[in-house]
Amino acid sequence: MTTASPQFPAALPAYDPLARISAGDWLKKNLFGSVWQGLLTLITAAIFLRFAWFVLDWGVINAVWYTSDPDVCRAAAGACWAVIVEKHRPMLFGLYPYDEHWRLVLMMAIYLVTIVVSLMPRNWNLRLLVPLWVIAVVSIGVLMFGGVLGLRYVPTSEWGGLPLTMLLFTGTVLFGMPVAVLLALGRRSPLPVARGVSVVFIEALRGVPLITILFVAVNVFPLFLPAGVEVNKLLRITIGIAIFFACYQAEVIRGGLQAIPRGQYEAAASLSLTYWQTTRRIILPQALRICLPAITNHIIAAMKNTSFVIIIGLFDILTATTAVMQDPLWRKFYVEAYLFVAGVYLFFGYALSLYARKVEGWIASGRI
Amino acid sequence: MLDANPAYRQRPSRRMRDILYSESFRTAIYQIALAGAVGLLGLFLYQNVIENLQRQNIATGFGFLREISQFEIGETLIEYSSRDTYFRALVVGLLNTLKVSAAGIVLATLVGFCVGIARVSNNWLLQRIATGYVEIVRNIPVILQVIFWAAVIRNLPAPRQALDLWGTGFLSNRGLTVATPASDPAHLWMILAFVAGVALMVAGDRWAKRHREATGRHVDILWPGLALIVGLPLLVWLAFGAPHAISFPERKGFNFAGGSTVSPEFVALMTGISLYASGFIAEIVRAGIQATPKGQVEAARSIALRPRFIMRYVVLPQALRVIVPPLTSQYVSLIKNSSIAVVVGYPDLVNIGNTVMNQTGQAVEAIAVMMLVYLIVSLVTSTLMNLYNRLVAIKER
Repeated sequence: MTTASPQFPAALPAYDPLARISAGDWLKKNLFGSVWQGLLTLITAAIFLRFAWFVLDWGVINAVWYTSDPDVCRAAAGACWAVIVEKHRPMLFGLYPYDEHWRLVLMMAIYLVTIVVSLMPRNWNLRLLVPLWVIAVVSIGVLMFGGVLGLRYVPTSEWGGLPLTMLLFTGTVLFGMPVAVLLALGRRSPLPVARGVSVVFIEALRGVPLITILFVAVNVFPLFLPAGVEVNKLLRITIGIAIFFACYQAEVIRGGLQAIPRGQYEAAASLSLTYWQTTRRIILPQALRICLPAITNHIIAAMKNTSFVIIIGLFDILTATTAVMQDPLWRKFYVEAYLFVAGVYLFFGYALSLYARKVEGWIASGRI
Repeated sequence: MLDANPAYRQRPSRRMRDILYSESFRTAIYQIALAGAVGLLGLFLYQNVIENLQRQNIATGFGFLREISQFEIGETLIEYSSRDTYFRALVVGLLNTLKVSAAGIVLATLVGFCVGIARVSNNWLLQRIATGYVEIVRNIPVILQVIFWAAVIRNLPAPRQALDLWGTGFLSNRGLTVATPASDPAHLWMILAFVAGVALMVAGDRWAKRHREATGRHVDILWPGLALIVGLPLLVWLAFGAPHAISFPERKGFNFAGGSTVSPEFVALMTGISLYASGFIAEIVRAGIQATPKGQVEAARSIALRPRFIMRYVVLPQALRVIVPPLTSQYVSLIKNSSIAVVVGYPDLVNIGNTVMNQTGQAVEAIAVMMLVYLIVSLVTSTLMNLYNRLVAIKER
């Protein structure tokens, strides 16, 4: 008796996820899968190698690393990294009095230590962080302003460079995050008036460029205050950037709030928790964990946005570098100088996103 | 027992307490308090502004818009001189903003889509290069990029030693000068013919869809449609006797004659803001392409759909659905980023508004005008893109 049995192809070799792929297979799969792909690879490789060779030739082989004579650089065929060595102080510290630059170096050290310590989960208790931040803020204030302990007084109008960028960025995040949370809660509030105020505030500020807000901070904000009351320009600008940051961040946090299932609110209500108890202990911890990647993106964006202060004449690292590049002796080597500034931003941005990825890992593994 | 507690005995009447503790009463109180606080703050700020302005003898109101501006603008799309009003100066600025934004959006979209597709390419090398590009371009502040390109252009050779772009134009520190067709009445009609071609193709696509749903037969209108879009303007061009005069730029004295020139400020600003945006657009495109589940492509292949149709009817519609909403916000933020024009001296709305503000001292009004215009431009852009989004969104039946 013959029944037609379905014809199965011969069994495939078992798939082994740990099998090591040979170099030839890898090349075939990823670079030379077909004629067209191979051609594409060759053309891309040719262009890339040409570019890479140019960078190597210009940036390393023919580069001038150290000289105080711009003519040596002019004679060389490569990059003039010496411009950074020569001009690093005005670039990094702006208008701050030259003899007092050691104060800024010390300030940056204190700042970085404080931030690094505060970012480690094992240090997350108030008994350590509160004294740490009080000491850090006071010592940074003393170092930056001076006027006590025999230090020369330096007004905020002379602050500049990388320390200013750091202060603007930190101020933006520290002021902005609480405002963002409040705005997000307002937008999700059961009270129509709170909702209305938040929506109008968020949407109006998100619709305009940051520069107009900085113009308001510089030119209009003083008019809002009663006669005789003055707020420092640096502080006004920080608040301006912070509020702008908060409006974007509020929308991110609202996304996180919307992702919380209604059952969480109902469970909290059935335990007769109040609105603020529910928000603080049940909703926000979950919502902020959910939208952490987007929050990080906006924090990195806030760091980049501090560079907008060049338009209103604050001497952050970019303004300082642009000013240094007015020097007729060295202005030809602007590419090197701007690459250096770009490198500083890339470094801090990369560090922030690495840390954020770590935090996401901690959240996923239930550590925090 | 309870009545022994004096506090409990002296409690307000049951009804009064009900009202005090009721949710609606409480929410009403909170809201009145909030509205009152916001209103009082507004009033306080308004009074301060009025007092301060009076003390500093600064005029209020928008009357200044009708006054004579007395400053020149380097680059204008409409006729303008220093004898025109502030209002006209601001309109010139707005048009310049729109000009640089439109060019920037086109460039950013082109670069962004290419890089985004390269990001998901199965060619390892291309994918790595695209990833590197995205990471670098996205993480450097846009202002730094614009300043960098401005410095690059400023350091280009003078027109006499300008870089020759293979006979089609010159790149110098005066900007980019390219050969353009000499102006001719045929051009307007060719544009109209192009629009007509697009309209016919859209109509043909609708008809093909109805035909397919009614009969099950597929009529491919892609090639006839493209032929119409290219062919109609070509026919018009021939009908006008094929005017082919092209104005080539030539070096003349310290500058160029012929061709058309875009200013160095424009080139720097447009390059900076559009390359910055292209990094974000590339990531949006990548996410969009990866949003189509692999199973759908495999299913389409298993019913023997041609690769071309898989792209057009399976992958692309789903990808666009994911791409369009975030793309909208990238376009809007590119428009807003164009406001940094002042760092390279391009006369956009903010740059001119800033000049107006410094001349008149009417900071409140000048800034209000800028903010309002950006709000309107942002709203219009997102409305247009939302309309397009409705076209590509899921149709629930």
